[in-house]
Amino acid sequence: MRIITLLLLILSTNVFAGVEVQSFSTQQQEQSYKKLVTELRCLVCQNQNLADSNAELARDLRKKIVKMIKAGKTEQEIIQYMVARYGDFVLYRPPMNQRTFLLWLGPFFILLIGLFIMFVFVRRQKTAVRPLSSDEQQNRAKKLIDDEEDD
Amino acid sequence: MSRYLFPLIGFVLLVVLLAFGLNLDPREVPSPFIGRTAPAFSLTQLHQPDKKFSPKDMKGKVWLLNVWASWCVSCRQEHHLLMKLSETGQVPIYGLNYKDQRFKAVGWLNKWGNPYHASAYDNEGSVGIDWGVYGVPETFIIDKQGIVRHKHIGVIQQQDLDEIILPMVKKLQATG
Repeated sequence: MRIITLLLLILSTNVFAGVEVQSFSTQQQEQSYKKLVTELRCLVCQNQNLADSNAELARDLRKKIVKMIKAGKTEQEIIQYMVARYGDFVLYRPPMNQRTFLLWLGPFFILLIGLFIMFVFVRRQKTAVRPLSSDEQQNRAKKLIDDEEDD
Repeated sequence: MSRYLFPLIGFVLLVVLLAFGLNLDPREVPSPFIGRTAPAFSLTQLHQPDKKFSPKDMKGKVWLLNVWASWCVSCRQEHHLLMKLSETGQVPIYGLNYKDQRFKAVGWLNKWGNPYHASAYDNEGSVGIDWGVYGVPETFIIDKQGIVRHKHIGVIQQQDLDEIILPMVKKLQATG
């Protein structure tokens, strides 16, 4: 029972907060709509997408998307329309260009730095505690025994 | 020595990065309109519903478009500055009355004063969407060719006016 409650709680976060019921004539239109509202950012409450936001502007933008879909606009056209107005910022998956390359490549770059540092450290440690060769071991053992005999 | 030096340098770099990040305002989304022709519209005027206002009427003039509404609390904060600016006559201010009701908007202007030559009445907010408005107040500077030159998001402070808006207006007025 508890597990079911927990599951329900987890799943409920995915429920669309945008409450308006939209009816489309085709399945494909509905899918486009769902895809667009989850991928476009609400400008007012910036960490929500259009689907999750209850802000006035998000509602208006959802309406606009419905209108455009019904007018037969493609997903790409609608995305272009939004980007022309609000910039790449509206996209939760911004395109790769000269302004966003750091955003896309930065993490990999930092990963490389991390790997490099790790590599250097590991190597240094290896050389620092290099195991003694058997000759050296024998010499050392001999020395220890000799010292003992001297006492 | 160098054992501590590198972590220290790393730490300082991280602090600089975070300090820089904290000082950025995530609400300032750069407008893709800067340097592009202002989106066209034709809306009825707030005070004269039988008359229209359209940005192309303003060709040949540098002007400000201020997005406002009677429900917008922070619009009150910049209102006195707009009043002062309009009295000096340095640059004409036009309003875009965003998602408001006519009688409320007119009442608001009657109460606090009207700095606008005219306001376009955008009841549905569709022009607002066309202009990429996402927070009221917003102010656009439009040049003589009808190109958007600057967008100010949020309340205008005296400093913004003195250091950014007015110098830019003067520069645009001086050029053809």
